[in-house]
Amino acid sequence: MERLNRSERIFKVVSYVLIGAFGIMALYPVIYAFSASVSGKVAYESGKVVLLPINTNFTVYKLLYRDKGFWISYINTLFYTLFGTAWSMLISIAGAYALSKKRLLFRRQLNFLVVFTMWFNAGMIPTYLNYTSMGVANRWGIIVAFGIQAYNIILLRNYFEGVPKEIEEAAKVDGVNEFQLLTQIYVPMSKASIATVTLFYATSRWNGYFWSRLLLTNPMDLPVQVYMRILVENYQSMFDSMPIDLPYAADSYVYAILVCSIIPILLIYPHIQKYFAKGVNMGGVKE
Amino acid sequence: MKLSEVKSNNKLICYGKIIISDWRLYVLLLPLVIWYALWAYKPMGGLLIAFKDYKPNLGVMGSDFVGFSNFLTLIKGTYASQFWSAFRNTFLISLYGLIFGFPVPIFLALFFSEITNIRFRNIFQTFTYLPHFLSEVTITGLVLTLLYNGEVNTGVIAQLLINLKIIPEGTKMIQQAAYFRPMYIITGIWKEAGYNSIVYFAAIMSISPTLYEALKVDGGNKFQEIRYVTFPGMAPTLIIMIILRIGTILSVGYERIILLYNANTYATADVISSFVYRIGMESGKQSIGSAADMFNALIGFALVIGANYISRQVSETSLW
Repeated sequence: MERLNRSERIFKVVSYVLIGAFGIMALYPVIYAFSASVSGKVAYESGKVVLLPINTNFTVYKLLYRDKGFWISYINTLFYTLFGTAWSMLISIAGAYALSKKRLLFRRQLNFLVVFTMWFNAGMIPTYLNYTSMGVANRWGIIVAFGIQAYNIILLRNYFEGVPKEIEEAAKVDGVNEFQLLTQIYVPMSKASIATVTLFYATSRWNGYFWSRLLLTNPMDLPVQVYMRILVENYQSMFDSMPIDLPYAADSYVYAILVCSIIPILLIYPHIQKYFAKGVNMGGVKE
Repeated sequence: MKLSEVKSNNKLICYGKIIISDWRLYVLLLPLVIWYALWAYKPMGGLLIAFKDYKPNLGVMGSDFVGFSNFLTLIKGTYASQFWSAFRNTFLISLYGLIFGFPVPIFLALFFSEITNIRFRNIFQTFTYLPHFLSEVTITGLVLTLLYNGEVNTGVIAQLLINLKIIPEGTKMIQQAAYFRPMYIITGIWKEAGYNSIVYFAAIMSISPTLYEALKVDGGNKFQEIRYVTFPGMAPTLIIMIILRIGTILSVGYERIILLYNANTYATADVISSFVYRIGMESGKQSIGSAADMFNALIGFALVIGANYISRQVSETSLW
């Protein structure tokens, strides 16, 4: 153990305290949302619930279980996340691999065209008009027309660039073609980066709201984020105009949906976190 | 046939030969190229509507050109007061976000680097990065309920602020323009500070420990260590991050704004992107909205280039 002087010791203690405080603050709303969703109506509405649940009951979860609209939207979101992420990953891995090769014709120009979209895009209205004219206002349209992000392409490309040339040369001598090289050598070697980018794509699909709400016309196609938002909008305006008497606190219902929408993230993200701290830094910001 | 044509023909044949002999690589590239062409570059043609009087039944190509009249309507016509208010709000929200939000992840990284208990550090990094992965609907749903102040109940944070006498009793924060910016900026810090600390943390961790030891031998204290070792060590990262931030000072995302604001808070909350949404999508003035978007984007783009240029002049670091 190295020797610490006085000022270093003080700073260390301060660091632990402040990190502890910030960490708890980051987590608090999530814990509170759960507590509020399972607390009794009276306890919640009188403001007694501050951290842990009071008069615990699962009434709203039972209601949510029977809420058909919720299930449809939840399954839709799973569908968008699964297929959407697969689609994004296929295009991104293949494209980033090609862009990482020095011998690719117009490599510089193509890379520039990808990076350029990070700084400039057509804007909301031309983008919207393009979507409607291309007929993406349905569930497959949402999968196909969305979910490629320049940042993720660069992250993967930079990682592929870092793979030693000798590996590629040796494989080529053995008669391995480009497809096999990518799927059997590059992909297994890049697990950390691929896990990171998968997490980024999957969360952006899971969290997608705005364009789904704007484009999707069939209520059966709506994802859970849209369902949740419509609920938040309706219940607050409803309660402001005329409070009605329910056996549970209206907020509890909203909190229950919030909790359900967070659960998959809570389950998956911590396992991938160990990869992405490394993955993100490797991506860097260089063109 | 002229010599130049022969040359360009030869060049094309040459490219063709390269592509055919290496076709698998280009097959891998193709989906990405098509995706960018259809969904990122094709819509840019639609920017023409900023110079047209767009009519949905005539389409982008069929609508009449009106020159710069949409831009004039914005800067000194019917929409001027709304537009300039949105422009001002965009700038102010970004600026306050920069002043209050930018230092937080740097401090977090500094504190994280002091945590020598790896388990503790990993767990708290997981906690602090988490909000980054939650959706805007979730985040704003939490904000709207935690700050809610109505007949039936009061959100727990609203109650806390009332108890601490930070806000007067009965304040409906969500409905009052004065509270919008602090609410928006604190939410942003809560959501992104932990995650944004990753880059700084990595920068600090890559500083050679021998530099700290050398300073300690000379009798330096912790604050001198930070001043003379840590800070210079993370300077390149800091510069890149600040260029990125300044470059995007005129782009405040529409999603969280639209989810948080309401007619009572437009005065402080409405930014260009939400203005574009309201005018262009909700009120059906596509051309006006597009012009506003374009005006903002061009200034923003100039800022990115400018910030990068300055950074290249004053330091070795730049984006390109």
